Amino acid sequence: MRLTINGEKKEIAPESMTVTELLIHQGVEMPDMVSVQVNGDFIERDAFDSKVVKEGDEVDFLYFMGGGHR
Amino acid sequence: MEMCKSVYEKIIEHSRREMPLEACGYLGGKGRTVVEAYSLTNIDQSGEHFSFDPKEQFDAVLTMRKKKQRAVAVYHSHPETPARPSQEDIRLAIDPEIIYVIVSLAAAEPEVKAFRIVKQEVTEEPVVVIDGLSTEEPENWEKQWNVKNSR
Repeated sequence: MRLTINGEKKEIAPESMTVTELLIHQGVEMPDMVSVQVNGDFIERDAFDSKVVKEGDEVDFLYFMGGGHR
Repeated sequence: MEMCKSVYEKIIEHSRREMPLEACGYLGGKGRTVVEAYSLTNIDQSGEHFSFDPKEQFDAVLTMRKKKQRAVAVYHSHPETPARPSQEDIRLAIDPEIIYVIVSLAAAEPEVKAFRIVKQEVTEEPVVVIDGLSTEEPENWEKQWNVKNSR
């Protein structure tokens, strides 16, 4: 299927996959540490395993950004 | 890493404005040069921690994409400690592609340093401040964002 991932058009072999599967496919080592939007809608983390992405979807994922001075 | 002087000044000014809280944001670049700072809300509202607001984070990245910029770095301030990554900074540095910039206000003169943190290995990245090349008025994005979010 064809997806737009972080602004880049990509061809992904499976015809459908969950958000978690897609993140792993894209080399994300810690899917729990990213925020995801599909077609502009935020996907809750507990829905990563059930939300299916399909042909033509626009998927954006960003790593959590945080820290502290201790 | 090259950084336009206007961006360098803006992140120091943002860090001072947020005192005693930590300030944070993205640095958008073209090639190796940082040309624009995107000030974000520290949702921790803390002087010891920061976390980006996820919605603002997406808005900033989409804005950068439209401007043909990319997220070269993230910055945050250390109001009272030196410009070096803390253990917490290192533990939470999970994006290997991005440079981590720290603005320290601990001394009389602000200090800005940049680091790559890959698999908890820290390497300092020299920051070269350059005049000019700022292709965008840095305040524009903030104004647009404020208007959008006040609706």
